[in-house]
Amino acid sequence: MNTANKKHTRLGIIFEFLSSMNFAITLLVAISFASVIGTVLQQNQPYNDYIIKFGPFWHEVFKTLGLYNVYGAMWFLALLVLLVLSTGVCIYRNTPTMLRDMQQFRLNVKEKSLRLMTNTQSWTSDKDSNDIDKQVQHYLNFKGFRTRVKQHDDHRVIAGMKGSWNRLGYIFTHAGIIVLCIGSFLDGSFGLTIKEWTGRIIPETRDIRADKVPATARLSPQDSLSFRGSISLQEGSSSNLVFLNIRDGYLVQELPFAIELKDFRVEHYTSGMPKSFESDLVIHDDQLDEPLKQTISVNHPLIYRGYAMYQASFGDGGSNLSIRAWPFRTQEIQAMDIKVEVKKSRVLNTLSGKYRLEIDDFNMFNIFPNTDEEKAATGKKFKNFGPSFKFKLRDASGVANEYHNYMLPVMQQGRLFFLSGMRGSVADQFRYLHIPADNNGSLNRFMAFQSLLHTSEKVKQIAKNSVKAAMSVANQTDKKMQDDVVNSMMNLITLFNQGGYIAIEADIKKKVPEDKQVNVAEAYVKILQNLLQNTYLEVLKQEGIDINKAVNNFDNQFYEDAVSAFAGIAAYGSPVYFQLADFKHRESSGIQITRHPGQNIFYLGCLMLIVGIFMMFYISYQRIWLIVKPEDGKLSLTLAGSGNRNQRDFANEFDQLAKQIVKSSS
Amino acid sequence: MSVPNEYMHDEMQSSFFKQLNLFDWIFAVLLVAGSIFAYQKYSHLMDGYEVGILFFTAASLIALGWLWKPMRALMFYIAVLSLFAINLYGADLAAAENNFFLKYLFSGQSATMWMSALFVMATMAYFIELFTGNAFTGKVAVAMTWSATAMGFIGLLVRWRETYLHGADIGYIPVSNLYEVFILFAIITALIYLYYEKKYETRSMGAFVLLVITAAIAFLLWYHFERDAAEIKPLVPALQSYWMKIHVPANFVGYGAFALAAMIGVAYLIKDSVVKRNPNGLVASRLPSLDMMDDVMHKSIALGFAFFTIATVLGAMWAAEAWGGYWSWDPKETWALIVWLNYAAWLHMRLMKGLRGPILAWWAVIGLFVTLFAFVGVNMFLSGLHSYGEL
Repeated sequence: MNTANKKHTRLGIIFEFLSSMNFAITLLVAISFASVIGTVLQQNQPYNDYIIKFGPFWHEVFKTLGLYNVYGAMWFLALLVLLVLSTGVCIYRNTPTMLRDMQQFRLNVKEKSLRLMTNTQSWTSDKDSNDIDKQVQHYLNFKGFRTRVKQHDDHRVIAGMKGSWNRLGYIFTHAGIIVLCIGSFLDGSFGLTIKEWTGRIIPETRDIRADKVPATARLSPQDSLSFRGSISLQEGSSSNLVFLNIRDGYLVQELPFAIELKDFRVEHYTSGMPKSFESDLVIHDDQLDEPLKQTISVNHPLIYRGYAMYQASFGDGGSNLSIRAWPFRTQEIQAMDIKVEVKKSRVLNTLSGKYRLEIDDFNMFNIFPNTDEEKAATGKKFKNFGPSFKFKLRDASGVANEYHNYMLPVMQQGRLFFLSGMRGSVADQFRYLHIPADNNGSLNRFMAFQSLLHTSEKVKQIAKNSVKAAMSVANQTDKKMQDDVVNSMMNLITLFNQGGYIAIEADIKKKVPEDKQVNVAEAYVKILQNLLQNTYLEVLKQEGIDINKAVNNFDNQFYEDAVSAFAGIAAYGSPVYFQLADFKHRESSGIQITRHPGQNIFYLGCLMLIVGIFMMFYISYQRIWLIVKPEDGKLSLTLAGSGNRNQRDFANEFDQLAKQIVKSSS
Repeated sequence: MSVPNEYMHDEMQSSFFKQLNLFDWIFAVLLVAGSIFAYQKYSHLMDGYEVGILFFTAASLIALGWLWKPMRALMFYIAVLSLFAINLYGADLAAAENNFFLKYLFSGQSATMWMSALFVMATMAYFIELFTGNAFTGKVAVAMTWSATAMGFIGLLVRWRETYLHGADIGYIPVSNLYEVFILFAIITALIYLYYEKKYETRSMGAFVLLVITAAIAFLLWYHFERDAAEIKPLVPALQSYWMKIHVPANFVGYGAFALAAMIGVAYLIKDSVVKRNPNGLVASRLPSLDMMDDVMHKSIALGFAFFTIATVLGAMWAAEAWGGYWSWDPKETWALIVWLNYAAWLHMRLMKGLRGPILAWWAVIGLFVTLFAFVGVNMFLSGLHSYGEL
């Protein structure tokens, strides 16, 4: 605008383009849209997830466009650079005008142009022009105007100006944006991206120990201006290596000091929700006379030598678990005691072959919301199921099921059960096997019952006795028939032991014509129930309970639950029940470590931006001119004013001003 | 040099401190005394920042009361009634069920219900005035809007106390979940509206602005009854910070102002489309002039933009303290940036290009949807660090 000749040079055209309002607005909108992509498409996920989601073709397209890391993509950076350039050019072009505006009172203004302004007023006065001059200036000063006076040949101009800081507001906001962008560029990942492009670093994708990571994936403290990574420390361990995640790989950043985790604590509200996470850290640094001890928690990081350490996550740091392995489907009741660490595995020899037991996780607490009934009964909103552990059991062919076992029996509908969840794949929900606890809260009766069911000579004896008793009631003595019934009973129990009700059902479907299946099934269930009940009575007898008396409610219920559990074992997939007997808890703390040298520059930019915005919006830039001209022995006065914002408000203010000035001068 | 006599009258009008009357000073003294009392009673529970926030808030409230006189009375009523309710509670949360005043008027939830009812009735009253021109109904609408705002603030303040009655370690400022910020949104939007209503001396925009508040109330009630959202639950560790006290309110001045601008935009568009066909029709004559609505829209967006900028910067500073970086391109952050860029573009169009008219009004309306997405949509549809207010 002001430099028309610039338009002719090529640089001038670029200049003109960069500083044009249309370009600026296009940029703002373009950055908005680009930003949306990054919020809709989850960023920095493993590539495999994307391939599954979009298919290989679109995956390749999206990958090439950098849509998986929009905010780190070169084209996005280019947009931001253009924004900075455009803003910069605007400042460069407008600042001189604005600064001049702040200084120039335009004392050569003509009466004619004053009369053409929106806010203007003319009148005559008999007073002395010097008096008017003094009074008006005084008044304007009082109202916050700076004033200047100039005597021309035939008239005098009094010019006032206020709110010129409004003009600085423009400069502040736009310079603020540039400053904050520079600050955030310093802290961005672009340095790394460039190093990656030039091949100086190659992210490591293998899951290997930190000290085995090759030099191309390692960064020394001097290498990186800024970074953001994380470190997971077990209680009692220390490290000076931080992992930076880059797409499907990582880099190892060395720190100039080592961090040791002394202790990690989780505090809970009475409801069971976590209240705080705290890590006691010790910094070991040659520069320190003695190690620096500091506790960090969420919202309270430790900042040391420009490195900030945040409490980010927590997990199991290798707790020691003592596990009792109870074999299923055998007459043995001998449980095996195993010791294993979380995140470790060991091989087990079971009756059904070799398995690998992989301990994934251990949890001290399992907090669940109570149902309304439970709330009414206990007065608590949450319940705690106590410690549990998760593990995988992998068979010789490599197929694994995942399990979730609770240490303590859990109350469900007034009964105590040992809960063990099982699922075949991560996508599934856990399905829980409910093993009833006996009246000592132990597994003993259930295991004794199971053992007896698998001891075929004893079951046969029980079957014989019950058949004999039944036949004597009916006055039957046919030996052949008795043997047949006993054999079919044994057949049934074998099927049930192997595969629960499902196996029996399958057997019926195979051997019995379709029209008779329902009847046969009913008969089978009766026979099976009879045998199971008699076997259970035998278990009770072994415990020393007088079985001639009526069986009490608890024992009755236990029987029902135990039989349901036996039926469920068929689908449980593990030949062993792993009971957590004891543990030594060891936690680990996930600490996020960042270095952001540009942070204060960023904040300075933000401050300039905010101050600038308030100056622009809430300081009104106003000018007033009064021309005093002697005419026919009188004074002819012309007042005019202009404001750069809120014309409505300014019109009111001008009327007030004019009223006072007219009043005092006429 | 003495000021000439002619200016004495004017000076009385213009010297800010001299125009303050006795009530202004009593108001200020009460606020200062209240803050000092709060400091003495609770300073052992506050960190340095929170003490700073306490006195900064007192100073801001004094300034607000001085610049906009009705605020003094509003604050007075809110303070008296809240203290009354808190006093009724004593140390016993069960009083909410037993005490008549708490149960039916001033417990956190009851006051919020009153606020909701009053806002809905005020909306209807504004509409009745708009269609019938009955000035009395209009005055009733204004009174109800003020009362609703007072009840909303009382509800939040009493709720603040209630959180501490649930347990000293549970207590938090009730701007921490979606239920609470919807109350905050309603009352802040109403306050900004009431300011412009007085300043421009027209009630005819009330129906439109109160409509968006009613929509918020509808959500609030659904959220309350369907999702039991009014229940007080302790804060997750990430939210336990003094930043909450400044980041959230600043944000909601922004949201409120943007919502108001959008509703004025709706009124503008209606008038703009009607006025050409039927300049003397009911709608055209009852609604304020296009110029005025344009002005309110602009002022409101400017106000919102200024506070939204502050809020976003405060959010960045909080993020630097809690998440390890002032900017992580978390969805909430990103959408805040999008909202910011959107209104930055709007302001450039108006201030620099001098654009006026329906385009800007449309833009303000669309801006509300962008803002709405940043406000609730992000929490509902996108995952990220800000996943506190889930539905």
